[in-house]
Amino acid sequence: MTDAHAATDAAAAHAAGTVRIPLVHLAHARSGDKGDTANVGLIAYDPAHFDLLREAVTAEAVKAHFGEMVRGEVERFELPNLRALNFLLHGALDGGGTISLMNDAQGKVFSTALLRMEIEVPAAVAEAVAGQGRVPEGWSHEAYR
Amino acid sequence: MSDTTPDVIRIASGQGFWGDDLDAPVRQVEGGPIDYLMLDYLAEVTMSIMQKQRDRDPGAGYARDFVELMERIFPACVEKGIRVVTNAGGVNPEGCATALVEAGRRSGVAGRARVGRVEGDDILDRLGALIAEGHALTNMETGEPLEAVLDQVRSANVYIGAEPIVEALAQGADVIVTGRSTDTALTYAPMMHAFGWTRDDHDRVATGVVAGHINECGAQSTGGNCLIDWWSAPDMANVGFPIIEANPDGTFVVTKHPGSGGRVTRETLAEQILYEMGDPSEYITPDVVADFTTIQVEEVGADRVKVSGVRGGPRTDFLKVSIAYSGGWKATGTLTYVWPDAAAKARAAARILRERLDRLGLEFDAVRIELVGWDSTHGPLVGEPPADLPEVQLRVGVRGQDRAAVERFTREIAPLVLTGPPSVTGFAGGRPRVQEIMAYWPALIRREAVEPHLTVHVEEV
Repeated sequence: MTDAHAATDAAAAHAAGTVRIPLVHLAHARSGDKGDTANVGLIAYDPAHFDLLREAVTAEAVKAHFGEMVRGEVERFELPNLRALNFLLHGALDGGGTISLMNDAQGKVFSTALLRMEIEVPAAVAEAVAGQGRVPEGWSHEAYR
Repeated sequence: MSDTTPDVIRIASGQGFWGDDLDAPVRQVEGGPIDYLMLDYLAEVTMSIMQKQRDRDPGAGYARDFVELMERIFPACVEKGIRVVTNAGGVNPEGCATALVEAGRRSGVAGRARVGRVEGDDILDRLGALIAEGHALTNMETGEPLEAVLDQVRSANVYIGAEPIVEALAQGADVIVTGRSTDTALTYAPMMHAFGWTRDDHDRVATGVVAGHINECGAQSTGGNCLIDWWSAPDMANVGFPIIEANPDGTFVVTKHPGSGGRVTRETLAEQILYEMGDPSEYITPDVVADFTTIQVEEVGADRVKVSGVRGGPRTDFLKVSIAYSGGWKATGTLTYVWPDAAAKARAAARILRERLDRLGLEFDAVRIELVGWDSTHGPLVGEPPADLPEVQLRVGVRGQDRAAVERFTREIAPLVLTGPPSVTGFAGGRPRVQEIMAYWPALIRREAVEPHLTVHVEEV
């Protein structure tokens, strides 16, 4: 996206009372592998936000987000009971298993790469979820017990 | 269902992979009441590693850790009536069972326990005959017939289901060792046995599959590797592994021992349920096809989550085969470059290395360059590294069919220290190791080619 486009999008979003935020504030996630395919399960923190995810985090949008990182197709499955979406990212692991030369050969942290994706949400939602999914301010590892 | 059907059975998870927390099974046995202990030792790549060990020593080829573990916990299991189900047998269930009987005698349970073993999942020696009979064992991803790589195959095992384990339990085995049983079967076989379910009880067995999926990765369902509010997971040094409290009506509660660390919540379970998930409406196992979209989860107490509503359908005519074949050679080398301009130095080093590899005329199927500390996991999503990055690790990997070329590559890393960009360190580990690539060949086979070969043996300790 060019800066000009980004500026136009930001202006349009502001006019609609929406803002773009990364998924990390709306959902947690886990990933795994099957051969050269990584899966990412995306789980809404708040049941009320599951529909936002369902609308915005489409297979096409995820494919576009990952760009050259995912050579094959992206498939999406819905698990509304768990307020979750499951994505299969085909051709994401350089052959997968022991063939792959990637540091993340088994796609263990692809989940976090998806959480960088930004979607447009109502300003009130953005305000409500600010900071969610990140270590709370003032937290120290000393408190880890 | 007979009058002796229990109201609840507790199936504890003690091991999520070969190399997991060695003391977790001990904590499961000693930390409170359980009826069964399941121990999962196998992953796709594990079978070929075990086969390699067996090639060197015909008595090897199973998880030796398991035998050492049982020597510690066998007496407690016998006294408490805890039965153990595991796929630790790898490519040599008989060798594992033999070692286990000896370990049982050393631990003082002679005459008080029986060891069962399930065999017949290993089809390595039958591959030629199976292909001749018309089983092409076509690669599910590429469509190629197995014939193309037959002479490179190192291991071939069929994922088998719960029925042989149920049979061993019915014959009174206290510890059951299998080869490539599915991970989930280790949990739902005890449910089928205790509650008298058959594979035609689709919904109940499917419930057992979900329980198995929750148990099979150990603490990954009780707070380990859980992203949700990870900083507040309590007492992770003493993390409790999951325990399934299964009911005959096809519901279960996931919990862990009182006083253990970690936590069991709707969210920790949701993360584990989605782990390695394909199409959730069709989770195929040898015994049933489970529909994971029907799962209902409900928190019913502190560290207690109830799972219900799971639906399933009949099994398919096929079993999945896990085949490993030698797919060439690879090596990965690393060097650390440091501020100022750490990333620029690392990339310059990579370019010099590539030029030297080209001049040497070395050919590889793939060369991969990553900056650990910057883009090795999130790739282009993170953009360009800042000039003030304090340090970054250059990671270069190559793979190819020519072992000598990969070997030569491993000798080109260290020279960069004196012949490339400055501010470099972190090479004390020596030359990178050349590894044989064990490629994975997923295929299907008709049941009738395998099931008549499955056997169950039960012997006295």
